[in-house]
Amino acid sequence: MGRYVLRRLLQLIPVFFGTTLLIYWLVWSVPGDPFAGKCGERACPDSYIQFMTEKYHLDDPLPVQYIYYMGHLLTGDFGQTFGGRDISEIISQAYPNTLKLALVGLTIEAIIGLTAGILTGLRRNGFLDNLVLVSTLFLLAIPTFVSGFLLQFILGVQIGIINPTVSADAPFSELIVPGFVLASVSMAYVARLTRTSIAENSRSDYVRTAVAKGLPQRRVVGVHLLRNSLIPVITFLGTDLGALMGGAIVTEGIFSINGIGREVYRAIVTKESATVVGIVVVLVMVYLLMNLLVDLLYAALDPRIRYE
Amino acid sequence: MSDPTSGSLVTTPPPEQPGIVADTAPVDAGLPKAKRDKPRGLLGDAWYDLRRKPLFWISAGFITLFVLIAAFPFLFTSGSPTSGSLSRSLEGPGSSGWFGYDIQGQDIYSRVIYGARASILVAVSATLGTVLLGGLVGVIAGFRGGWVDALLSRIADVFFGIPFVLGAIVILFSLNPRGAGSNEWKIMGLVILALVMLTWPVAMRIMRSSVLAAKQADYVVAARAMGASNTRIIFKHLIPNCLAPVLVYSTILVGAYIGAEATLSFLGVGLQSPVVSWGVMISDSQQYIRVAPYWLLFPSAFLVTAVLSFVMLGEAVREALDPKLR
Amino acid sequence: MSNVYVADQPEAAREGRPSGRLLEVEDLRVEFRTRDGVAKVINGVTYHVDAGETLAVLGESGSGKSVTAQTIMGILDTPPGFVTGGEVRFHGKDMLKMSGEERRRIRGEGIAMVFQDALSALNPVFTVGFQIAEQFRIRRGMSRRDAKKRAVEMLDQVKIPNAQQRLNEYPHQFSGGMRQRVMIAMSLALDPEVLIADEPTTALDVTVQAQIMDLLADLQRERHMGLILITHDLGVVADVADRIAVMYAGRIVEEGDVHELYAKPAHPYTLGLLESIPRIDEKGQQLRTIRGLPPSLLNIPSGCPFHPRCPMAQPICPEKVPPLLQLGPTRASACHFAEELVQRD
Repeated sequence: MGRYVLRRLLQLIPVFFGTTLLIYWLVWSVPGDPFAGKCGERACPDSYIQFMTEKYHLDDPLPVQYIYYMGHLLTGDFGQTFGGRDISEIISQAYPNTLKLALVGLTIEAIIGLTAGILTGLRRNGFLDNLVLVSTLFLLAIPTFVSGFLLQFILGVQIGIINPTVSADAPFSELIVPGFVLASVSMAYVARLTRTSIAENSRSDYVRTAVAKGLPQRRVVGVHLLRNSLIPVITFLGTDLGALMGGAIVTEGIFSINGIGREVYRAIVTKESATVVGIVVVLVMVYLLMNLLVDLLYAALDPRIRYE
Repeated sequence: MSDPTSGSLVTTPPPEQPGIVADTAPVDAGLPKAKRDKPRGLLGDAWYDLRRKPLFWISAGFITLFVLIAAFPFLFTSGSPTSGSLSRSLEGPGSSGWFGYDIQGQDIYSRVIYGARASILVAVSATLGTVLLGGLVGVIAGFRGGWVDALLSRIADVFFGIPFVLGAIVILFSLNPRGAGSNEWKIMGLVILALVMLTWPVAMRIMRSSVLAAKQADYVVAARAMGASNTRIIFKHLIPNCLAPVLVYSTILVGAYIGAEATLSFLGVGLQSPVVSWGVMISDSQQYIRVAPYWLLFPSAFLVTAVLSFVMLGEAVREALDPKLR
Repeated sequence: MSNVYVADQPEAAREGRPSGRLLEVEDLRVEFRTRDGVAKVINGVTYHVDAGETLAVLGESGSGKSVTAQTIMGILDTPPGFVTGGEVRFHGKDMLKMSGEERRRIRGEGIAMVFQDALSALNPVFTVGFQIAEQFRIRRGMSRRDAKKRAVEMLDQVKIPNAQQRLNEYPHQFSGGMRQRVMIAMSLALDPEVLIADEPTTALDVTVQAQIMDLLADLQRERHMGLILITHDLGVVADVADRIAVMYAGRIVEEGDVHELYAKPAHPYTLGLLESIPRIDEKGQQLRTIRGLPPSLLNIPSGCPFHPRCPMAQPICPEKVPPLLQLGPTRASACHFAEELVQRD
C-alpha cells in the first residue's frame, strides 16, 4: 500500500512540471507586445518595462524563465500583476468562493444523482426509471451555459425567486442554483453510472450467495450490493470535485461569482500572463492531488487493489 | 433504454399455474422458427439489435437531418445568414422570418440553418482527430507496454491535467487573440486543434485499457503461438475487439463537442464573426434576452437537439454492442 | 437446529403422506423464457434426500441439475426462469407456496448452499470473518464479539490453519481450496439440516478436490445432515454418495443406490457415462464416447430425449417418453428397455 502511494506520488511530479511548463509556454508565447494596454491609454514608461523584464526574466529563453518562475513559486511568491497587485492575494480571495461553489455542486450532484441512480438501478423499467433516463439524457445534452442562462432568466428574472447574480461574499444559500447548474451534467452522469453499476452487480454471484444465506433483502441490497456498486461512483465523485474546482468559469461568469474562474478569465483577456500561470498552477496542483486522493480512496474501498 | 432482465433477483414468485401442463408430449409446439442459420459477428448482432430500437431510429433521423442541413443549407432556406437590414432589427417571428431577426436585422432562421454547418463540421472533425490520435497512442502504449507505455501515459496525463475550459481559453487566446480578424477556416481549425489537444488523453486511455485487456486474452496468445506478426495481431485481432468502446465514445464525443464549441463561442474565444454557429448566436443574444428571447431560444433548441441526438445514438450503440445484455 | 417445521409433520402424517422425508422435490417443472424461445429446462424432476444421507445429482452441463438446486433454494433468476409445476417440500411443506419471508428463514438455517466458484461467490470487499460472522449477528442476534468467536470456530471446523488471523483477510487472499472451505464454513454457520453443494470441487485441483470431498463427508457425518451433491464428475461421486440421480435434458433418467448403479446401470446414458471413463487396463485402445451432443433445451427431441445419441434406440423411443420405472425398492430408470439392460451380462 505504501509502495502504491509512493509510486503515484512519483508519477505526479513529472506530470505537474509538464503541465505547468506547457501552460507557461502557451501563455507567455502569445505573440505581440506583452505590455500592450497595461498602463492605461499610454505606452508604458521604459523604466517600468525594464523593471518588469528583469523581474520576470523576459529576455531569457523560455525554459530559463520557467525555472525562475517555478523557483519563486515554490517559495510562495506568485509574483505580481502588471499593475502591482499580489497574485497570491488575488488567488486567496477568489479561491474560497470557487471552493464553496464546487462543494455545493458536488453535494447536489451526489444527493440527486445517487438517489436517482439507486432507485432506478434496483427497479428498472418503471415510470421512475424512464423518467430518470429521459431527464438525464437531457441534462447531459444541455451545455452548462445554456442551463445557466435559462435558469438565471427564469428563476432570477421572470419568477424572481433568486438573485440573478450572486453577492460579493457568496453565501451558500445563493450558491444553490449556480451549484445545480455547474453540476447538472455530472449529476446526470452519476445517476446513470450508479444505475448501471447497481443493475450489473445485482446479477453477480456474491449477491446470489447473500440471498442464499437467508439475509433480509434490506441487507443484501443495502450492505452487499451497494458497497460494491458504489465504488466506481464514489471514485467518480472524487475526480469530479477536482474538475469542478477547475471548470467553473462559465458558471461564475453567468452568475457573477467572484471566484477563481472569473479571475483567470479576466487575466487571460487582459494578458496578465503571470496571473494566468499562477492560477493555473494552483488549479493543476489541486487537480493532481485530488486524483491522487481518489486513487487512495479507491484502494481503501476495494481491497483487491491494495495488494497489487 | 430498456433492460431485458428487469425484475428482482431476490425473490422467486410462486409457480405460475401449479398443476398445469402435466403432459409429457413433445415440447416443440409453437416455438418460433430459428431466426437465422449462420452466426453473425458482434457487429452483425449489434446491427440486428440496433435496427429494432426506436431510440436508434429517432436519433439517426435527427442526425441525418442535421447533416443534410449542414451540407446543403440552401435546400432549407433561401435567405442569407449574413445580409440583414437594420429596419428589421429584433423583429419577432413571423411569416417572412420564421425565427425572427437579430439586432442587425439578420434572419435568425437562416443563421440557424447555416450555423449547423460550422457546429457539426467542427464537432465531427475534432472527434475524428481525437479518436485517431488518442486511439493510435493508446494502441501503441497498450501494446508495447514497459517504458513506452509509461512515457506515453505521462504525456497523456500532462494534457489531461489541464482543465478543459481553462485550457481551451488559454490555447485559443494564445494562438488567436481576439480581433486578429483571421479567416473562417483558420478559426475553425484552431478550435478543432484546441478540442483535440485537450481531449485526446481520454480516447487514449479508453483504447489503452481495451488493448491491455485484450492482450491477455487467449485468442491473442493463440495467434502469437501460431506465429502471427505484431502488425497482424494489432490490426486483425486487437483493434476489431477494442472498437466497441471507442465507437460508443466517438458518437457521444460528437455531441459533447457540439456543446463545447458552443461554450467556447459563448465565452468569446471560439468561433467568431464572420463565422456563423449556434454558439456565436447564443453568445450574441445574451444582452437582448429580455426583448428578443427567440434569438436565444431557437439556436439553443437546435443545439440541444443536436447534442441530444448524438448522445442518444451513443447510448443505443452502447446497448447494442454490450455483450452482457444478450 | 431450527425445529420450526417439525410441528408441520403431524399435519403431513394426517394427510396420509409419508412424513420424515427431509427434502423432497416432486415433478418439478421450470422453463426459461428467452428471446429465442422457451427452453424447457426442468421437465418433471422428482428426488428426495433424508437426514444423514448423500444424494449425488449427476449430469452434463445443461441437464438442469443446478437449476433444480436454485429452485429449491429460491434463488432462481426470475425472469427468465419460471416455475411452471411441481412441489418442493421441506419437512412436508411445499416451499413454492410459502411466502417470501418464510422461504427466507429456511435459507441458511434449514437448507444451505455452497457454490462452485468461491472467488465470485464471496463478496470481494468484506473480510472472510465478516461474511461468516454476519450469519451469527444478523440471523441469531449475537454480539459482534460472540459472532467473531463463532466465526473462528467455524474456520477451525473446516480445517483452516491460523483461523484467528485469517479471519481478517479477504477472499482474494486465499487459495482456491481454502476459499471453498470458507464457503463451506459460511454455509454451515447456522447448522442447516440440508446442504446443497453445487459442483463444489469442479474448479479445484484433483488433490484439493479429494480433501474437500473428505471434509464434506466428515461434516455431514458429524452433523447428520442431508447432502445433495451436484456434479458431472463420476469419480468424485463414487466414494461419497449413498444414492445417485442421473439427469439428462431436465429429467431424471436413472436413480439408485450408488453401488448398484455403478455395477449394473439401467439406462443407456448412465452406461455410456461409465464406459467413457478411461481405464488403465484398456491402454492403447480407442476411448469410448457417447456420440452426439446434449440437446438444445429450446428444442428437446421427441419421446425419449436421449434417443438421438442412444446406441440402443428402437422405433418406440422417439415416439413415447419413457416413464420413470421402478425396478426395485431403490432403483428406477426412464428407459423402455431398462429391464433388459439390467438383466444382461
